[in-house]
Amino acid sequence: MESFKADVAIIGAGGAGLRAAIAVAQKDPRLKIALISKVYPMRSHTVAAEGGAAGVVQSHDSLDHHFHDTVAGGDWLCEQDVVDYFVAHCTEEMVQLEHWGCPWSRKPDGHVNVRAFGGMKIERTWFAADKSGFHMLHTLFQTSLQFPSIKRFDEHFCVDLLVEDGRAQGAVAINIASGEFVMIEAKSVVIATGGAGRVFRENTNGGIVTGDGMALAYRHGVPLRDMEFVQYHPTCMPGTGLLFTEACRGEGGFLVNKDGYRYLQDYGLGPAEPTPRNKAMELGPRDRLSQAFWYEQQKGRTIEGIHGSTVHLDLRHLGHKKLRERLPQICELAEEFMGIDPADKPIPVRPAVHYTMGGILVDGNCASPMPGLYAAGECSSVGIHGANRLGSNSLSEICVFGKVAGDNAADFARTAKPAPSATLMKQAEAAQARALALVRGNKGTERISVLRREMAETMERGCGIYRMGDTMQQTCDHLEQLRERYKRVKVDDTSSVFNTEWLLAIELGYQLQVAQAMAVSALNRKESRGAHQRLDDYKVRDDVNYLKHTLAVSAGDAPPVISYGEVKITHLPPGVRAYGAAGEAADAASKSKPAGGSAP
Amino acid sequence: MKAATRTIRIEVLRYRPEQDAEPVVQAFDVPFTDDMSVLQGLQYIKDELDGSLSFRWSCRMAICGSCGMMINGVPKLSCSTFLRDLYPGPLRVEALAHFPIERDLVIVMDDFITKLHKIKPYIIPKEARSLSQGEYLQTPEELDRYEQFSSCINCMLCYAACPQYGLNSSFIGPAAMALVHRYNLDTRDGGSAERNPYVQAEEGVFNCTAVGYCSEVCPKDVDPANAVNVNKTEAAKDYFLRFLRPKGAQA
Repeated sequence: MESFKADVAIIGAGGAGLRAAIAVAQKDPRLKIALISKVYPMRSHTVAAEGGAAGVVQSHDSLDHHFHDTVAGGDWLCEQDVVDYFVAHCTEEMVQLEHWGCPWSRKPDGHVNVRAFGGMKIERTWFAADKSGFHMLHTLFQTSLQFPSIKRFDEHFCVDLLVEDGRAQGAVAINIASGEFVMIEAKSVVIATGGAGRVFRENTNGGIVTGDGMALAYRHGVPLRDMEFVQYHPTCMPGTGLLFTEACRGEGGFLVNKDGYRYLQDYGLGPAEPTPRNKAMELGPRDRLSQAFWYEQQKGRTIEGIHGSTVHLDLRHLGHKKLRERLPQICELAEEFMGIDPADKPIPVRPAVHYTMGGILVDGNCASPMPGLYAAGECSSVGIHGANRLGSNSLSEICVFGKVAGDNAADFARTAKPAPSATLMKQAEAAQARALALVRGNKGTERISVLRREMAETMERGCGIYRMGDTMQQTCDHLEQLRERYKRVKVDDTSSVFNTEWLLAIELGYQLQVAQAMAVSALNRKESRGAHQRLDDYKVRDDVNYLKHTLAVSAGDAPPVISYGEVKITHLPPGVRAYGAAGEAADAASKSKPAGGSAP
Repeated sequence: MKAATRTIRIEVLRYRPEQDAEPVVQAFDVPFTDDMSVLQGLQYIKDELDGSLSFRWSCRMAICGSCGMMINGVPKLSCSTFLRDLYPGPLRVEALAHFPIERDLVIVMDDFITKLHKIKPYIIPKEARSLSQGEYLQTPEELDRYEQFSSCINCMLCYAACPQYGLNSSFIGPAAMALVHRYNLDTRDGGSAERNPYVQAEEGVFNCTAVGYCSEVCPKDVDPANAVNVNKTEAAKDYFLRFLRPKGAQA
């Protein structure tokens, strides 16, 4: 087997992985970086993010506001010290991207412009039209090309981590073009592989978003934290789940039911006003909006179509010119995929799975409990999203914590002593044998597509917008059976060159374990909080018993073992999460009272 | 409510280097609904009919640039080309023209990645700026000058459309040229002198024969032909100015 000696190995080359790689390269050009990605970096799913990235810039905004929006938006399941660090570093990362060439949209005076986003009190979302993720990714990728210490392994699929002496010491990957394996030795490892939304049926995610890095860490005993919190984005294309950005509403779009009524006013988000009001109506948080859709559907006030119920995203009043300027990609999607010109007709939309709030347990330094192993971005749970992520916090997260992960992985690598290559090679060969067993002498009977479909359907049934104990239990049972059946998975393609069926089989193994961590974590959380809403006996938030992080630890073939960890609350004690007029009244009331603890 | 289903024949050019001496056509009958893309048709084949068919894809929404292929002889993104528009078929799907085939619909794109490195597609600052100084100022008009050229998704359709690239793959080609142009036009950048030698070299901009098909197939309206032609004029000016300047001086 070919081998490569790196100082830092980074798995995943989307926004977080690229940002981490640049951080290592800038910190110490002598450190060799192996940047491993199963696709060319510019294909990574960061590319599909539309709306923008949060960073406080306006004089009437403050870090406290961003902090408050994030912690309350996360229904208090955030690590408040980490959120403090996050909000304090977003803006400099946005400026850094600007210096690297990101074509942020501008104001007439040449300063960067910002737009409104859901759950954010003041406009602070930096944007590049409605292709913010695309521009951020290409900016980071192209910027990374100037650093000779970054050795890329494009289209290399990671099958395992190397763990020796209880430390992460590299990775094993398949060179997809040839089918050959390569061992990458490293003194520290950063996982930046993104989310796992593809375990659900209808989702906004690209085909590559299969939770690979989460599963790799989990298999080596690293806990996955808060996996039950999966975000439904309220405005997606029926059937495919493709995303219509929240910026549609930030720019003033309406959500209406079959009667043309702005139904969100019935769900504690009003009053309905003709222009956008921050943290109200269409600019409420995603969990609340997706939940309101569910109730409208129950009341029979949605529009029925071939892909289920929909409501209308009405952008007509924004006018042709503004739509082309601010939301060109949305116009293109509506026109090309649905034959709708948003200036003329409303767009039918429904919620779809969008984001994995939970992930690999890491501290504020992006360090996991396993020495030498770091994680950043959607695959990680650094603690800023809690039970519900606010739109535009994730694009900032990949920069802020991509850098933190890179810096810390670099420091670790400078002092760590590597294990002997021969020892690591033994592990790598064992990983190779396991992966090859799927294609050599495969006598399986279970079709990949059948298992994948059953997984996605059972996740949607049990772990959707609203959840019940008995259906979650059925989903847990079904996933256990699917994992058993997966042992007999069938791969027809036995070739070496670009064998994507083989990779799909490995990905399905990752997905089933991540799905199980989600479902079992959900079943055990006997309360309702953020994106985890139950309709059985646990309809309300229970801070006495569940103001806690869920930790799912792998138990091999058996379902994960669940335990709980403390939530770090520094200065914002749990309060009522209110939006619209009720939210403003609550804000006013809290201002008139002396603040408890150290005031933010 | 259920969608009406029709059937279309998709003929796929297969090439599995370990078993095929040369590419062969294989036909599949695919049931489809009106909202299904060619990509979804291929996914149906892979899931239900033949798991060995290989193709790249990810985002499904024409932004990741993975799924370019020849569809009835025209370079297209398969995710935003719809089966309803190709009915009754049959339709022919092949790997992008002008590239070596890795396997089936997957091309070898190492050449483009090499070119990407050569053109230095990043800001080489005109004047250094620290983070504490905040952002560079750039008016909407200044942004507008290069924004279109920054929208390239690297899907390679323009290379499959370019007759010159087909004849001579050392030609820098439309997408890389658009990217050079994008950075050269950026008010923050001062790196054009570093990029120009490659643009003006033998494999550079003068290879373009101004067919313009690259801009026609571009799914993102980048208009690389425009970038190439502006650079031709600039390069020609540069070429002649060289004789008027003292040796070693920069433009």
